[in-house]
Amino acid sequence: MTQKPKLAVWKFASCDGCQLSLLDCEDELLAVAGAVDIAYFPEATRRMVDGPYDVSLVEGSITTPHDAERIVAIRKNSKKLITLGACATAGGIQALRNFRDVKEWTSLVYAHPEYIDTLAHSAPIAEHVKVDFELRGCPINKMQLVEVLAAFLNQRKPLVPNHSVCVECKLNEQVCVMVTQQTPCLGPVTQAGCGALCPRYLRGCFGCFGPKENPNTSSMAAQWRSLGASEAQILRAFRGINGYAEAFRLESERSEQQLQSTEQKAK
Amino acid sequence: MDKRTEVIQVDVLARVEGEGALYLDIDGGEVKEAHLRIFEPPRFFEAFLRGRDFREIPDITARICGICPIAYQMGACHAAEQIVGIHPDGPLRELRRLIYCGEWIESHVLHIYMLHAPDFLGYQSAIEMAEIYPAIVERGLQMKKLGNDLMTFVGGREIHPINVKVGGFYKAPTVKAMRAWRDRLLWARDAAIETIRWTASLDFPDFTRDYEFVSLRHPNEYPLNEGRLVSNRGLDIDITEYNDHFQEEHVAHSNALQSIHKGHGPYFVGPLARYHNNFDLLTPTCQQLAREIGLGESCNNPFQSIVVRSIEVLYAYEEALRIVENYTEPDVSALDFTPRAGTGHGCTEAPRGICYHRYTTDDNGIVLDAQIVPPTSQNQKSIEDDLLHLARRSMHLSTEDLTWRCEQAIRNYDPCISCATHFLTLHIENKQDANTPTLANPLASEPTE
Repeated sequence: MTQKPKLAVWKFASCDGCQLSLLDCEDELLAVAGAVDIAYFPEATRRMVDGPYDVSLVEGSITTPHDAERIVAIRKNSKKLITLGACATAGGIQALRNFRDVKEWTSLVYAHPEYIDTLAHSAPIAEHVKVDFELRGCPINKMQLVEVLAAFLNQRKPLVPNHSVCVECKLNEQVCVMVTQQTPCLGPVTQAGCGALCPRYLRGCFGCFGPKENPNTSSMAAQWRSLGASEAQILRAFRGINGYAEAFRLESERSEQQLQSTEQKAK
Repeated sequence: MDKRTEVIQVDVLARVEGEGALYLDIDGGEVKEAHLRIFEPPRFFEAFLRGRDFREIPDITARICGICPIAYQMGACHAAEQIVGIHPDGPLRELRRLIYCGEWIESHVLHIYMLHAPDFLGYQSAIEMAEIYPAIVERGLQMKKLGNDLMTFVGGREIHPINVKVGGFYKAPTVKAMRAWRDRLLWARDAAIETIRWTASLDFPDFTRDYEFVSLRHPNEYPLNEGRLVSNRGLDIDITEYNDHFQEEHVAHSNALQSIHKGHGPYFVGPLARYHNNFDLLTPTCQQLAREIGLGESCNNPFQSIVVRSIEVLYAYEEALRIVENYTEPDVSALDFTPRAGTGHGCTEAPRGICYHRYTTDDNGIVLDAQIVPPTSQNQKSIEDDLLHLARRSMHLSTEDLTWRCEQAIRNYDPCISCATHFLTLHIENKQDANTPTLANPLASEPTE
């Protein structure tokens, strides 16, 4: 009898929502538990089996020296490492600290510089170790999680589309909120995965799944301006849940420069 | 036994949300220290909320917790609405109660079946439990799924819903879609009744303490979104007075701050507190079941919180039934408002207890200051006091059994450590001279400012 593959689930700085997605697969959970050996998943079980693990699922971002060491050890102990969600993939909402001067947190200024450096920064897992697959979303789509797990267990490529939310709107026959209601939307530059959820609720996409491949963010920002969005609004839109993902970060920095130069002219 | 000396340490607590550890120091048969150590790193929500548009608060604060995002969205909306002077009522208020019922259901059922019950039956997990009790675990999963589906129905998805906004919702459901819920909720109501009878049949350690139970109290409904803050020791205040009555205290033995009721001490929030303060507002079925299983109108044994949670799940299904049967579509899905300067407060009953928010904005609605106090940091002192008392009277247990019993005592509170570590301030403790100060514990959370 062949041994079942060993699965581990790890948590770093996060809200718990992405690993909860696994427990939220109510119809699939017992089947998944039958197909793998859940060797380490503290949120679900007291049983903790040592590695090496066949697949490690990692939630959360790296924000402390201790966590930076921990992820290296986990990588060494894992054949495949998959990151779950915006925190693990782009630093998460807590990466908004990466844009701030740490001195704003006055009680931090007297700490050791090495603590300041790391605690002041929320990093995606891939900044520290090699990642085999990054599953996007805030939260992840649990059906995509099941697909990725199944793919890795069967040594095939996961079927996770990397087109934009716009494509999902079209597939859903959802009318465009930007065209028909002049609602600013990040759909054209955001990766699919949610099923175009926000447009279906008549609101603009706010980028939960992060930038799609090669997004034209500058054109997106220009479109927002033409719809009457303020520069501050554009800055905040790109500097959100996936604000530290490169494409969104660069656009928010352009927006910030624009804002600063306008303020200087006003003075 | 009286010479027992050992340190019991569980570095990674299982079946809780987030990262915590248990530390118990026993010396010469005496329990010296008992701590719930929270080592999850802080995420600084209050800091980065500054400078954001107040309309963004519900979507941002949802990310504090994947298990109870609605608690954060609701508290944020109520606080924001207080600033701009609007009060969504009628169907919009009912929709908010409905989505909150969904959250109570998914969170409570997760805890009852997957996190807490395995302790009573001696299993490491619900997955192991399912091998012996497949029908029970399957019932739990379907009950939990219904809670998630309700959140998805009203909010768009179960984790970090997208349909909630200041003023109401982006899009309100239709009456037809609402009524279609009736049959599933009727099934769930029966399943909840079975759950109450099942949890009541578990073996509970004989452990009671005299707690100050703090919860919301509304004149005519079991509290979810609104009410005054009350306790069994005479507290009765408007939520805007929260900071006058509660504070975080730095205790000598711990790096973590713990909430206390000023002039009173530790207090207890969550299902037992709500139940004690609002038993008369539960539905007749809930009250009848409580009497039938012999629970009475109050419960001081935290191990029995699993039964009280089951009663609250039945309440949530019945309340959801009432809402779906009486719902009418609102004229507008959200009320209009104009941003203005001000301070607003919100306090709602998260599954784990009261969750307090306060925001101050400028004329344009930009957040100048934010404060969020989640339930777990308020319960932390009670958890540690329970551990101390429990360990002292459990000296006859083997190390393994005592460890498990103490873990179980922590899980009684369904602690959400992800919630408890979103805080703003890291406190520096000067252990060395002023030139080389150290961070007290870079990995410990430091609850709030």
